[in-house]
Amino acid sequence: MGPVLAGVLQLLALMAALALACKPLGAYMAKVYTSDKHLRVEKWIYKGIGADPDTEMRWPAYLRGVLAFSAVGVLFLYLLQRLQGHLPGSLGFAAIDPDQAFNTAVSFVTNTNWQSYYGEQAMGHVVQTAGLAVQNFVSAAVGMAVAVALVRGFALPHSRLRSSGGTPIRTGELGNFWADLVRGVVRILVPLAAVAAVVLVACGAIQNFSGIHEVGQFMGGTQEWNGGAVASQEAIKELGTNGGGYFNANSSHPFENPTPFTNLFEIFLILLIPFSITRTFGSMVGSVRQGYAILATMATIWVGFVALMMWTEFSHHGPAFEAAGGAYEGKEVRFGVGASSIFAVSTTLTSTGAVDSFHSSFTGLGGGITLLGMMLGEIAPGGVGSGLYGILILAVIAVFIAGLMVGRTPEYLGKKIGSREIKLAACYILITPALVLVFTACAMALPTPANSMTNSGAHGFSEILYAYTSGANNNGSAFAGLNADTQWFNTTIGLAMLLGRFVPMVFVLALAGSLAEQKPVPVTAGTLRTDKPLYTGLLVGTIIIITGLTYFPALALGPLAEGLA
Amino acid sequence: MTTDVKKQDSMSTGAFAPHQDPPTGHKAPEGRVGAGLFDPGQLVRSLPDAFRKLDPRVMVKSPVMFVVWSGSVLTTVFSFTDPGDWFGWTISAWLWLTVIFANLAEAVAEGRGKAQADTLRKAKTDTVARRISGSTEERVPGTELRIGDLVVCEAGDVIPGDGDVVEGVASVDESAITGESAPVIRESGGDRSAVTGGTKVLSDRIVVRITTKPGETFIDRMINLVEGAARQKTPNEIALNILLASLTVVFLLACATLPPLADYAGTHLTMVVLVALLVCLIPTTIGALLSAIGIAGMDRLVQRNVLAMSGRAVEAAGDVSTLLLDKTGTITLGNRQAAEFMPVRGTTEAQVADAAQLSSLADETPEGRSVVVLAKEEYGLRERHQGELAGAEWIAFTAQTRMSGADVGGRRIRKGAAGSVVAWVEERGGTVAPDAEEITRRISEAGGTPLLVAVEDARGARVLGVIHLKDVVKHGMRERFEELRSMGIKTVMITGDNPLTAKAIAEEAGVDDFLAEATPEDKMALIKREQAGGKLVAMTGDGTNDAPALAQADVGVAMNTGTSAAKEAGNMVDLDSNPTKLIEIVEIGKQLLITRGALTTFSIANDVAKYFAIIPALFAAVHPGLDKLNIMGLSSPDSAIMSAVIFNALVIIALVPLSLKGVRYRPVSADKLLRRNLTIYGLGGLVAPFIGIKIIDLLISLIPGIG
Repeated sequence: MGPVLAGVLQLLALMAALALACKPLGAYMAKVYTSDKHLRVEKWIYKGIGADPDTEMRWPAYLRGVLAFSAVGVLFLYLLQRLQGHLPGSLGFAAIDPDQAFNTAVSFVTNTNWQSYYGEQAMGHVVQTAGLAVQNFVSAAVGMAVAVALVRGFALPHSRLRSSGGTPIRTGELGNFWADLVRGVVRILVPLAAVAAVVLVACGAIQNFSGIHEVGQFMGGTQEWNGGAVASQEAIKELGTNGGGYFNANSSHPFENPTPFTNLFEIFLILLIPFSITRTFGSMVGSVRQGYAILATMATIWVGFVALMMWTEFSHHGPAFEAAGGAYEGKEVRFGVGASSIFAVSTTLTSTGAVDSFHSSFTGLGGGITLLGMMLGEIAPGGVGSGLYGILILAVIAVFIAGLMVGRTPEYLGKKIGSREIKLAACYILITPALVLVFTACAMALPTPANSMTNSGAHGFSEILYAYTSGANNNGSAFAGLNADTQWFNTTIGLAMLLGRFVPMVFVLALAGSLAEQKPVPVTAGTLRTDKPLYTGLLVGTIIIITGLTYFPALALGPLAEGLA
Repeated sequence: MTTDVKKQDSMSTGAFAPHQDPPTGHKAPEGRVGAGLFDPGQLVRSLPDAFRKLDPRVMVKSPVMFVVWSGSVLTTVFSFTDPGDWFGWTISAWLWLTVIFANLAEAVAEGRGKAQADTLRKAKTDTVARRISGSTEERVPGTELRIGDLVVCEAGDVIPGDGDVVEGVASVDESAITGESAPVIRESGGDRSAVTGGTKVLSDRIVVRITTKPGETFIDRMINLVEGAARQKTPNEIALNILLASLTVVFLLACATLPPLADYAGTHLTMVVLVALLVCLIPTTIGALLSAIGIAGMDRLVQRNVLAMSGRAVEAAGDVSTLLLDKTGTITLGNRQAAEFMPVRGTTEAQVADAAQLSSLADETPEGRSVVVLAKEEYGLRERHQGELAGAEWIAFTAQTRMSGADVGGRRIRKGAAGSVVAWVEERGGTVAPDAEEITRRISEAGGTPLLVAVEDARGARVLGVIHLKDVVKHGMRERFEELRSMGIKTVMITGDNPLTAKAIAEEAGVDDFLAEATPEDKMALIKREQAGGKLVAMTGDGTNDAPALAQADVGVAMNTGTSAAKEAGNMVDLDSNPTKLIEIVEIGKQLLITRGALTTFSIANDVAKYFAIIPALFAAVHPGLDKLNIMGLSSPDSAIMSAVIFNALVIIALVPLSLKGVRYRPVSADKLLRRNLTIYGLGGLVAPFIGIKIIDLLISLIPGIG
């Protein structure tokens, strides 16, 4: 079997598995977020954190919950790293420097998982397991909670989505953040991650608390290998679209991702919730077709990107490429070009950022595809939760333009898109481009940041552009090559991650609140149908054109200049 | 037989109905709305205004064009620092042209309104009012009138202000406002008491109570509206402006952050080039035309003699999902017409027709005339003139007897309301055939009005047959309602008829629903019910008792013939008083939104080609690979940038006619509309600039010393 065919077959297998899993999981998640009942363990948690899971929150209250919880998360993680030297189970590693500790804390709380440290050389068991792994769960659950709040904004008040002790939901109420957060962890992420961890262990990923082993090398000399709770962290790393590896080599490390099967399984985990949540959305707004339309939009972009990536990686010219049958540099031989392409596209189109190959070593255009994937705003299918709310914001923009073209004040899912809604959506789409472009320009304009580049020319520029794109869009993957552990990069990328995560959430929740206050407009033949292929096509077009126009000059100077040379 | 009496009553008042049968929506072959004329000469005439609008305090109202304006200032300043750089001067010149073209579009749109305002001002000459104070009359300037003042107007006087007639009847020439030269009757009391300042009394004498302050009269408001002085941005326009502003910010960021990137790549970008890139990317096409589109939308209404009191109402018209239409005058012709002669047993149709015709010759009501017409058309009975039949005695129709007839050669023939005729027959000892009652009942059930025809001759008094009077649905209404349905608009017929009659007419006309025996309260309740379901409701009305419903409706169109209370309550006034126009108003509202959406799409889609022109021009020198993006094969970097800027400016002028006329609108479903507009303005917007820029580049490269 040729490598191209192998890649295509893996892609088809992956799509089949996702198609099977999305519907039941999506429907289950809808049930989780609309259920009236609390599990016993959940009641204990509510009692422990002193939250009343039955109070309905308006958007400012919901937002306060999100921000307060995340602020505590950042602070806790920061302190944990700063105090590492004094903690037990730290494998003898010292405290992390302030700028790197800030960067790492923000990185894991924002679901980015950008790592300016080498996992096996800096973080002990306690930080990895009690700090980073915990955030892998809760940061993902926060994203899902915000997405669900937005969905409620669209769905309310015409369908009652959560009864709170029998009292009817008033307009403008978006649910309860603490209930959404806890349920996301307890009923969705933990059970799925547990199953996934067992599968990974069964396939050879490691799971222990052993120390550092010194191992002899084939060619003489020794190297150090860490043990650790790798499989469990790997499971939530992919499932929660986190991406922060236990080891620096991330998913190309055989302890994290031992076989071609685990590789495909990890891609499956990455895509599982982001695709499934479209079904949750459809169920909650009372029209599964609307969910399918969003799913189709995400899937179109994802498949298109995978096809492009495979094409550039397999067909690149040059003696080395032709001899190897594709662009093999930086890719694991056990996965091959095809599977690495699928992984690279999936990890950059979701806000995961785990890597099983080195994006820097992809062909010039291939590197550009990973960059563009993140620049789309992590929406196809995007991070858990964040992918859905991101694409819904773009759907609002697309509906506004298209709605005008059918001669009505635009409306989406029965809610009118007026100036308030457009203002919030417009602010949302401004944030990440502003962060990426301004920070990149600053880094290029200042004398020192460029010293971190490993390469010169267009490729060197791509390293910096990639770093900020990855940070502001909460992806977390690196182009490799850039020495990001400097005060400048730790601080600016930390800021990009922080602002790139929470400022958009403010607008999302404000939009949800504004929508939830609206009386729904009934659907007539004069209503723009947002559950038809035509609209899906329009949405894909809007996403590609708006993103493309924003980043075209920057891309031209980086990957395009390199790829077309 | 109570319902019969009621119907007969309505028939008799029909005789005095002032409404002419309003023209039915005659169908132009393509696009009923959007036939506004565009005269290129307007561009030249509006040029001075376009320059006046370069004032930054004016420019700042349009964020997109303000950025272009600032860019023009910047490039001009930079060109002064390097006066030998012809490229900088050329770009600056075209950027200024871009701004001027945008201003020109707005000025042309406003110019059309100004012409109308001037005509109106002529009507608003300073009038002298004859104010009644106590028992005397004093002459005061019209501007000193206050609400509640009573003024006298006699033949030849111009009415000094808006008000209601409280005494007398007069014929009034309202052509100053409506353009309609035929005089109208205004009388105290009832629904035709409102008079408008600036109109002229032609005969008789009326006393008017002033209801508006000077400066706020109908004509003043009209002038403000058509001139655009009262124009405020509409909600949707504001939303679109926000979106355009945010896109502008995104592109501003993309351009502002480019210099350090370019410096790293080894090339220096001049301010002129950066501004050129920015102007090409921001949505200038829609930004330039947005305000013209809005003004032109209001103007299209004015051209149809509809005054919208706010732009908000025009937008709401596009969103309407329920139309309340009055039966009489909108769906049916104003009057019932004879449709059939139905004999009782023992009589022939021809006999009934003959008797009906004879008895109707003295009936001058439209219903009576229709009997004569039917007899002629269906039974070939020539209309006999009253003089032809010697010795005949004619009995004219009156509201009291509710009968008309003739006594000819020993035959006494009568025709009229069932109750009256039955009474007449029984008085004369005759009997009413049992099947006459049966036929009457059938006609009533079918929604018609039965008129009995009876005769008294040698054989005694008896009923001969029944005339079936029907409401006649206007030609083409069914198709119109079909179109409305495809647009997702529900039509509800409002009528005072009983449910049976209403149902029959509703079915014949093809409306979706009807409200029978409607009282103003019923109407109000219906509107509120629809609105509670999230629907927007449009209606027309003219009476004072319509006022609350007009105010409650999202689009309330008051008839100009109506009372001032109705005009005050509605948010539009139809000067032609044609209720069918509601449908056109909805279409104009939709067309306004579609034009905005189409040009926004076009504007954004244009950017793709401009990147393919400019990016290789900027960077191919340092990254030769990027020359592959020069798919248009533009001759030189300078020419590429200039071509993009020139195309960007010219496309504004090219689209001025479209933005004034509006995108062609056809009443089809949203899906079809989207598919069509997306193809034309989306795909067209992607492709057109590739061609346009290439052509401009070819022309530029012909200029010696450049290509």
